[in-house]
Amino acid sequence: MKLSSPLEIYDYLPKTNCGECGEATCMAFAAKLIEREVKLETCKPILEDKFRKKYEELSELLAPEIKEIVLGVGERAIKIGGEDVMHRHQLTFFDETALVYDVWDTMDEADLVARVKAITDWQKFYVGDFLRLYGVAVRSTSNDPAKFGACVRKVLETTPLPLVLCSFDPKVLEAGLEVAADKNPLIYAANKDNWKDVAKLVKKYNVAVTLYAPADLDLLKSMAVSFEKMGISDLVLDPGTYPTGKDLEQTLQRFLQIRRAGIVEGQKDIAYPIMSVPLTTWMVYDDPVDATYWETVLADVFTIRYADIMILHSIEPYAVMIQRTLVDNIYVDPRRPVQVDPGVNVIGNPTADSPVFMTTNFALTYYTVESDVASNNIDCYILVVDTEGIGVEAALAGGQLTSAKVKDTMEKADINLEEAVTHKTLIIPGLTARISGELEDTLGWNILVGPGDSGRIPGFLEEKWPPK
Amino acid sequence: MTTINFQDLIKILEKYEIAELENVVIDGDVEIEMLEGGGGDAAALQLAIGQGAAQIGMNLMQLAQMLGYPVGALMQPVGVPPAVGAAEAEILEKLLDEKFSVEHEKYTTAVEEVTIGATKADGGTRETTVTIGGERALPFFNYAAPMPNPIAITLDCFDMPIGLAKAVKVHYEDVMESPGEWAKKNVEKFGADMVTIHLISTDPLIKDTPPKEAAKVVEEVLQAVKVPIVIGGSGNPDKDPAVLEAAAEVAEGERCLIASANLNMDYERIAKAAMDHGHVILSWTQLDINNQKTLNRYLFKAGVNRKDIVIDPTTAALGYGIDYAFTNIERMRLMALKGDTDLNFPISCGITNAWGAREAWMKESPLKEDSDWGPREYRGPLFEIITGLTLGVAGGDLFMMMHPGAAATVKEITRTLRGDVEAKPVPIDDWVTLEV
Repeated sequence: MKLSSPLEIYDYLPKTNCGECGEATCMAFAAKLIEREVKLETCKPILEDKFRKKYEELSELLAPEIKEIVLGVGERAIKIGGEDVMHRHQLTFFDETALVYDVWDTMDEADLVARVKAITDWQKFYVGDFLRLYGVAVRSTSNDPAKFGACVRKVLETTPLPLVLCSFDPKVLEAGLEVAADKNPLIYAANKDNWKDVAKLVKKYNVAVTLYAPADLDLLKSMAVSFEKMGISDLVLDPGTYPTGKDLEQTLQRFLQIRRAGIVEGQKDIAYPIMSVPLTTWMVYDDPVDATYWETVLADVFTIRYADIMILHSIEPYAVMIQRTLVDNIYVDPRRPVQVDPGVNVIGNPTADSPVFMTTNFALTYYTVESDVASNNIDCYILVVDTEGIGVEAALAGGQLTSAKVKDTMEKADINLEEAVTHKTLIIPGLTARISGELEDTLGWNILVGPGDSGRIPGFLEEKWPPK
Repeated sequence: MTTINFQDLIKILEKYEIAELENVVIDGDVEIEMLEGGGGDAAALQLAIGQGAAQIGMNLMQLAQMLGYPVGALMQPVGVPPAVGAAEAEILEKLLDEKFSVEHEKYTTAVEEVTIGATKADGGTRETTVTIGGERALPFFNYAAPMPNPIAITLDCFDMPIGLAKAVKVHYEDVMESPGEWAKKNVEKFGADMVTIHLISTDPLIKDTPPKEAAKVVEEVLQAVKVPIVIGGSGNPDKDPAVLEAAAEVAEGERCLIASANLNMDYERIAKAAMDHGHVILSWTQLDINNQKTLNRYLFKAGVNRKDIVIDPTTAALGYGIDYAFTNIERMRLMALKGDTDLNFPISCGITNAWGAREAWMKESPLKEDSDWGPREYRGPLFEIITGLTLGVAGGDLFMMMHPGAAATVKEITRTLRGDVEAKPVPIDDWVTLEV
């Protein structure tokens, strides 16, 4: 965005301090706008006719440097692009790199349905929520419009995820669009040969389109400027993802340069979401594990360095989990609190005989423990020690997790564990075994050293609970 | 009244598959004038492409009808095209010709270049040395400034058998009893640039091995391999100074990396030992830029040469805080490049931490709601690879790693991104039709 202080935004606001947006003052609202935490349209007065000009100007100034594009419809619709910074600490990255996994139109129908379901249903619990995948790319390997149309129809019947329709043949693309246009798919792709026909299609069906100019940034920019001139502005840029050697090194250079041009130099002509295709790895490696590893390696590099959407082939769970976790870790808002509130939390319906577990208030640690016990229907208490948001091992090394801190947390908690349970036994993380003696002395409780990983709590309880 | 050029008109009509009208020969640069009004049958078309254009269409229809063309039948099945504003911007005849250019990042300050290991010529007995750092831009931003040195990898070994994830253990179970053999295997079998000996048995809560005995292990490793070595303590802040002091003494002149000095211990004693015996010191802090600056300043004050410092701002594994580690490293590196001379040192990362993540070693997810995690023998090494590569992209220069396959992959990709690797060109122009 073009503005850097709330004061600059404030000038455009109605200055009524009406509070309709939920903020006490227009200035407070301006501060939220600069952090991109609220939408301008939350301000009702500015939508009135008399402020129309201000509204339009401010919208323009607040727009992210990189064009934001919506793909798909409904609950699983995604946004790509929308970035304002080169480095996440400068604010945050906004729209997660959309990991899109491929299917193709020469697949057997049963395989197709199974694969689409696997992509759609994939989930992993992480820090209090489930990670999911973003979309399906349908490739035409047959080059047969009828086949492609039928395949897209089947995919649509099977998934609510956004689609990328992939072919360089406009007739094939149109067969897909006839089926899927109202589902707001992304077209892949216009290139130097087919761009005119693809542009017509895009105008006819009003969908977003990828421009493909492998290893040629002049051509890529020429296409972007030309499409914009033709009234097509939902563009995604694919500068080509070469999977090996110096070509891969050069591929990364192009990603870096495109994004720098867009964000640092404000070159609007090229400030669009970028696509990477780590799937090209499969053109090199015969061994599926090698291909999957290298594909994941490329996914890592381009998740960090500026791909907004990515087409991948392997749906091996070990790779998908790692790719998706990385996207979360790079895009998670660095401004968010990393801590949960310290104290005593109740899981399920504990009684006076239920176990008490200790962990830290580092959000990741806490949610991991919580989900491990909750998922296994273990009624218990969790003592969340205030370690200033640092995980178990590091807090122990750094002095944020001490017996005094544990005691302090216990005393300050709303729930008095001394009264809540009768066994006076605290189960501590396996990694804190070395302070068990000290804890026993400080708290006057029995200490039971738990497993090294909370995933093993169920087995541990079977063996060690109730305490003798 | 609307005026429109005939060429434009044909283009508009092409969209609605009335292309046959092109056969109507009209001589000259014809402009067709039309009156306001109309509607009826073509109301839908009007909505879609604008009143003026629809009027043109209707008039042309009349024209076509006069020429005997069955216009009525043609118009019936044409639906409402979803394109909005399609009439305003035309399809171009040819691409506009544009050139892409961008200025590269310009920084003021280079990262210090630090060499680990000393050959005979420099008073040591190593056959190779490893140089890291020297960057003038973020890693792999080669168009701004090439990376002077590749990322170096040192493989871990320990002074006692330790619990390891299954995928790692299979590579080391035959050498776990002997640090010398372990180190040798790291170099000879797995091609390590360097070896790290972790003296963990010195921890009072583990075996409380005395410093003198720990030093013997260091001697053993130095004799077993001829690559530079890293000497790590147990992480016990009370014991490490004595252990690392003894180790530094027996490794006199070898320019080992002594790991590590940190704020909650007698870092001066470790710094002094490193200086007295010709070693490089690892300055370790916990995800805190200000602490890193503070510790480095203390080391300067203690007399440590800038060429003898590597920093370790703490590594967190993928899924377990790598976002903090990544940003901490990237910020430090950017601050260094922009002139913060408290921070312009090569960065070491303990990538082995990745194996602490349950996703790396656990057989399956403990949560029944999770999708399958896949076989751990593939998952674990990939966890280590991605933890390493991610921090390499952030600014890491030296990686302490564990799984030999993971180390090899990280080496290959980081050298590829640096531009060192030749490969057969892959024709990706038509990747869409790839059969796999």
